[in-house]
Amino acid sequence: ADTATGTYNAATGGTGGPVAGELTLQPPATQIATEVYSLHNWMMGVCLVIFIAVFGVMFYSIFKHRKSLGHKPATFHESTAVEVAWTIVPFLIVIGMALPATRTVVGMKDTSNADITIKVTGMQWKWGYDYLKGEGEGISFLSNLSTPRAQVGAPGFEPTEKRGDNYLMEVDNEVVVPVHRKIRLITTANDVIHSWSIPAFAVKQDAIPGFVRDTWFKAEHTGIFRGYCSELCGKEHAFMPIVVRVVSDADYKVWVDGKKKEMAALADDPTKTWTIDELKTKGEKVYSTNCVACHQANGRGMPATYPALDGSPVVTGPKAEQINVLLHGKKSGKYPVEMPSWKQLSDTDIAAVITYTRNSWTNKAEENIVQPAEVVAARK
Amino acid sequence: MSSTSSHGGAAPYYFVPGPSRWPLLAGLSMLVTMIGASAWVNDASWGPAANLIGILGTITVLYFWFGDAIKESEGGLYSQRIDHSYRWSMSWFIFSEVMFFGAFFGALFYARTISMPWLGDLDHKFIWPDYAPHWGGATPAGTVEEFRTMGPFPIPTINTALLLTSGVTLTIAHHALRAGHRAQTALWLFATIVLGAVFMGFQAYEYHHAYTELNLKLTSGIYGSTFFMLTGFHGFHVTMGAIMLSVVLYRVLKGHFTPDNHFAFEGAAWYWHFVDVVWLGLYVVVYWL
Amino acid sequence: MSTTTLDHGHDHDHAHDHAHDHPHGPARWLFATNHKDIGTLYLWFSFIMLLSGGVLALMIRTELFKPGLQFFQPEFFNQLTTMHGLVMVFGAIMPAFVGFANWMIPLQIGASDMAFARMNNFSFWLLPPAAILLATSFLAPGGATAAGWTLYAPLSTQMGPGMDMAIFAMHLMGASSIMGSINIIVTILNMRAPGMTLMKMPMFCWTWLITAYLLIAVMPVLAGAITMTLTDRHFGTSFFNAAAGGDPVMYQHIFWFFGHPEVYIMILPAFGIVSQILPAFARKQLFGYASMVYATASIAILSFIVWAHHMFTTGMPVTSQLFFMYATMLIAVPTGVKVFNWIATMWRGSMTFETPMLFAVGFIFVFTIGGFTGLILAVTPIDIQLQDTYYVVAHFHYVLVAGSLFALFAGFYYWSPKWTGHMYNETMGKTHFWLSLITFNVTFFPMHFLGLAGMPRRYADYSAQFTDFNMVATIGAFGFGLSQVFFLFFVILPTIRGGKKAEAKPWEGAEGLEWTVPSPAPFHTFETPPEFK
Ligand code: HEA
Ligand code: HEA
Ligand code: HEC
Ligand code: CUA
Ligand SMILES: [Cu+2]
Repeated sequence: ADTATGTYNAATGGTGGPVAGELTLQPPATQIATEVYSLHNWMMGVCLVIFIAVFGVMFYSIFKHRKSLGHKPATFHESTAVEVAWTIVPFLIVIGMALPATRTVVGMKDTSNADITIKVTGMQWKWGYDYLKGEGEGISFLSNLSTPRAQVGAPGFEPTEKRGDNYLMEVDNEVVVPVHRKIRLITTANDVIHSWSIPAFAVKQDAIPGFVRDTWFKAEHTGIFRGYCSELCGKEHAFMPIVVRVVSDADYKVWVDGKKKEMAALADDPTKTWTIDELKTKGEKVYSTNCVACHQANGRGMPATYPALDGSPVVTGPKAEQINVLLHGKKSGKYPVEMPSWKQLSDTDIAAVITYTRNSWTNKAEENIVQPAEVVAARK
Repeated sequence: MSSTSSHGGAAPYYFVPGPSRWPLLAGLSMLVTMIGASAWVNDASWGPAANLIGILGTITVLYFWFGDAIKESEGGLYSQRIDHSYRWSMSWFIFSEVMFFGAFFGALFYARTISMPWLGDLDHKFIWPDYAPHWGGATPAGTVEEFRTMGPFPIPTINTALLLTSGVTLTIAHHALRAGHRAQTALWLFATIVLGAVFMGFQAYEYHHAYTELNLKLTSGIYGSTFFMLTGFHGFHVTMGAIMLSVVLYRVLKGHFTPDNHFAFEGAAWYWHFVDVVWLGLYVVVYWL
Repeated sequence: MSTTTLDHGHDHDHAHDHAHDHPHGPARWLFATNHKDIGTLYLWFSFIMLLSGGVLALMIRTELFKPGLQFFQPEFFNQLTTMHGLVMVFGAIMPAFVGFANWMIPLQIGASDMAFARMNNFSFWLLPPAAILLATSFLAPGGATAAGWTLYAPLSTQMGPGMDMAIFAMHLMGASSIMGSINIIVTILNMRAPGMTLMKMPMFCWTWLITAYLLIAVMPVLAGAITMTLTDRHFGTSFFNAAAGGDPVMYQHIFWFFGHPEVYIMILPAFGIVSQILPAFARKQLFGYASMVYATASIAILSFIVWAHHMFTTGMPVTSQLFFMYATMLIAVPTGVKVFNWIATMWRGSMTFETPMLFAVGFIFVFTIGGFTGLILAVTPIDIQLQDTYYVVAHFHYVLVAGSLFALFAGFYYWSPKWTGHMYNETMGKTHFWLSLITFNVTFFPMHFLGLAGMPRRYADYSAQFTDFNMVATIGAFGFGLSQVFFLFFVILPTIRGGKKAEAKPWEGAEGLEWTVPSPAPFHTFETPPEFK
């Protein structure tokens, strides 16, 4: 499968994500994950031994001390000595379990001296990444599920496309980091609690709205690593995966250069004047990655939860209001949920999606085109 | 009525009431109350009416229910053991109330000593660059309208004095009851209820003052939330206590209770003292600290 | 408990004595003040809720049979998960134990009834309204609440009116639990037959005494948490909103301060039932009675200081993580004491394996697996790996279904002769046991693997790599569901309608006052307290 990349696969046989029929934790790709992996083995071992000992006794008794075998009941019914013994022994076992764990807990929490710091923002239902410190500083992008809806299907509708190997764990923009470097993640969220996790790194950190938390990892292998949002965050909770690509230092440089150029290009764009067809084509893509979850592909939204854009006065009326809604979100109180702000999208994307909504379905807005420059102006 | 086998006129060993329609009706009233409340908070026009009907229904049912219990009590059906049951139950009920207030005191503690400094620390400058943590000050997003906080003077202190005094008057009433001085009992009980009512009056005035002059509202961020929810639930409990005491007063006037058998009085008194203690907690952590 | 003798003087007369005031028709149930009738109401209510919650579970399993969205939209799926959790916890398991308490505690301690007979009925009659609110919330605009049974803020603030209905339903269920618990505590403390000291009391009463204490301590805290959610939603407070100085994680602290003791509320009475059954069928006294009592109390006390093990991934300071890890792991010690005492009770007994005993032994075996996975989750680094995956789902179904539910089944088989006056059919009972045990494991064992491999919980759809184990789990779930339908039609109903007449004491080794009254237990028992020696 195309998950098998980098040295991780060669060294561990892992794919960076789950494997069918796997009976234990994913093969570790960080020091911490290795510790967790062996902690789990240690716990399993001890529990298994206790289990066999305890139930060995029980089943022996079940088979031997039966009335049908003529066994007569004994009369003993208490003994302080054994009570003390089976209080102290488990106590010691528990200490034996907790001690090695302590070191790992402390290690997991030590986020100091990071090489690169990335801010991770959970949003309904995608992730935003901002490279804050270290090489790549300034890079910023959104990361959406890239599995097409046509592979998912819908109640009553069979999927029309064959599912790939990375069904529900592939994204349009992967997080890219260099191997053997300490990456500090700062998590936060815009709306509700999400949780950023990559099993192979043994990282799982809730992203809490209004608060920041941090965690870290240092991948020992190159490769692609996959994880899922792990805190219930609303209806698309199952559809906001996380993908990290770990590359060599050299490749990382290349990626950073490329990404910076890409961003510069995007930043330059706003001065350009687009044709309506260009905007509509681009807008459709933006719409299907960002908006369908709520407003639906047919633009009709969902009764009592998400308003229809098809026929909405905001979409068919003066464009200033719609730009405003897109940039700042909207909370009229009429719906249990609020419209998030989309200011992380590029000016072109916003202009495009607005233009798209104004010319789609039954909408034929009078002001039917919005240029990126207008969004730039509105941002000020 | 399926009382247990009676022993020549004396109270049965443990009186067990026969079938009663009140619990079912109370349950149904609560259903109406809650449906009404759900509708009300979601702005359905019929919500308040349904809620009110439910509450009135519940009160009516309780009136008849307690009426039955009082009749049984006055009819000599309650043995000493039943009296013990009532004592135990009231203590455990008060314990549950303590835990309920505990949740709100806990929230105040957590928000103030854990969340607030956390929100103001260096890491959180990412999100709230301008936030300077200060209890009762501006909130992280700065979206809450400016307000002033409520200090201990003068109203809360007066209220403390009122409640403490009411504890004393209630104890005097209790001593009077035990000594068999019914008129005095009624008088001091009445004084207690009046003190409670005055307390509530001041509290209402304080709220008015908060809303109109301090701009301190339920919506004033976490400070307003904890302030009003704690003092509000306390006020609600004072009202409940005053109602209990009023019922007891009514029964005293009707000649109920004897010097050694007056659990209803004592139960209401325990409740009153509990409300008193909660106030002292509030007085310290809400107004002083 | 040693020997049970009874002052037989009173025993004979009340069976006929009170035939005249035995109420009939619907009024008997609607206006009940009799602890046995109210117990029966509770048991039926909880069984219906078990089937309803089970149907929700089967819908979840149906959607998860294979990847893709086959039957339900994700938002509806989340409603199913949430309601399944709420219905099972508050509707099925807790009321079932209260039903057992109602039936058995007065009989076991020689009391004529519960301390407050009318309030007892009120506790019950708050539950159907709560169930109605929960069920109809599916019809509210936006549907039922979909924030998970834990109702975490701020997701819960995004929900529609269904959320408010759930909040009010939980207020009602909380009030019901508090009143029920007060009733149970007072009955136990105040109405024991002369001679029955606390340390001679049957284990089931002890475990319920401690459970009731836990309930009174934590239900009000839950009420506080959901009240704050309500005011955040509608009245502009900001307890859980960081922008105005609140904290979403504060909700979790308050919730789990309730939530963790809550899970012991659902297991301690189960321990009690098992502690009654094992001695009866081993024909040997319960080993280490006193240490069982102390262990139960220790579990209860420890349960107040471990709550944040549900919150390791929220990012607490390292000292808190360590504290909660150590405290949680400590609970294995008193729980171990219980398990060891049970096995010592069986040791060198003279055992027979009628259905109650099978379920009790099955309980110990499978519950311990759940206990071990709990312990593994208690280790912070492992929990961070496994939190919010199917490993957790596996853990808590092992302790809740194979723990609480199996103990309830065991208790049903043990005491139903006393309730109905008939013996259940032993073959049917055994069939029910083996079907349940096997299908249970087929359903939930594979979830451990799913969780370890990383499948998150509360997911409406999943990566194809998880397909095989999910298919197994779904097949198992239907098997388990059918086993319970079998239980209804081939055990419960036939036993109520007829079957072999039960003797006063159908189990050779059983002890306790409940076996001194006829089967079925007459409407009034112990109106004058028996002498207990
Ligand atoms: C009946 C209910 C019940 C019971 C009894 C338990 C018992 C335990 N639980 Fe469980 N738990 C739940 C119900 C229950 N739990 C639920 C519902 C959730 C999920 C809630 C949600 O998120 O929706 C949960 C979640 C949960 C978590 C959080 C997981 C997560 O979300 O990340 C943790 C973590 O510590 C945990 C730990 C434990 C422990 C240590 C015990 C211990 O009490 C177990 C003790 C027992 C034993 C250990 C076995 C017997 C002992 C011996 C044979 C002695 C010898 C043993 C040794 C010395 C090792 N539980
Ligand atoms: C308290 C007890 C309890 C019990 C008994 C159960 C029983 C079951 N649970 Fe439950 N479960 C929880 C408590 C419980 N659960 C909780 C607290 C959660 C967490 C919720 C959350 O995340 O918020 C959960 C979550 C949960 C999930 C995870 C959902 C998710 O994360 O999205 C799954 C998935 O498989 C599941 C499955 C099952 C199954 C198959 C059963 C089976 O045992 C059910 C057996 C089925 C029956 C008993 C029904 C029989 C009836 C019929 C077959 C129809 C007959 C009809 C008529 C007679 C009219 N449960
Ligand atoms: C999280 C769900 C969600 C997503 C994703 C979302 N919206 Fe919205 N949107 C809403 C909600 C809820 C409202 C209603 C807000 C209100 O009135 O309170 C709304 C309102 C709007 C409105 C105003 C409609 C009106 O009639 O008031 C427009 C225009 C809009 N959204 C466009 C978009 C576009 C374009 C996107 C994608 C870039 C998008 N939305 C993505 C939830 C969402
Ligand atoms: Cu985001 Cu779950
Ligand atoms: Cu717990």
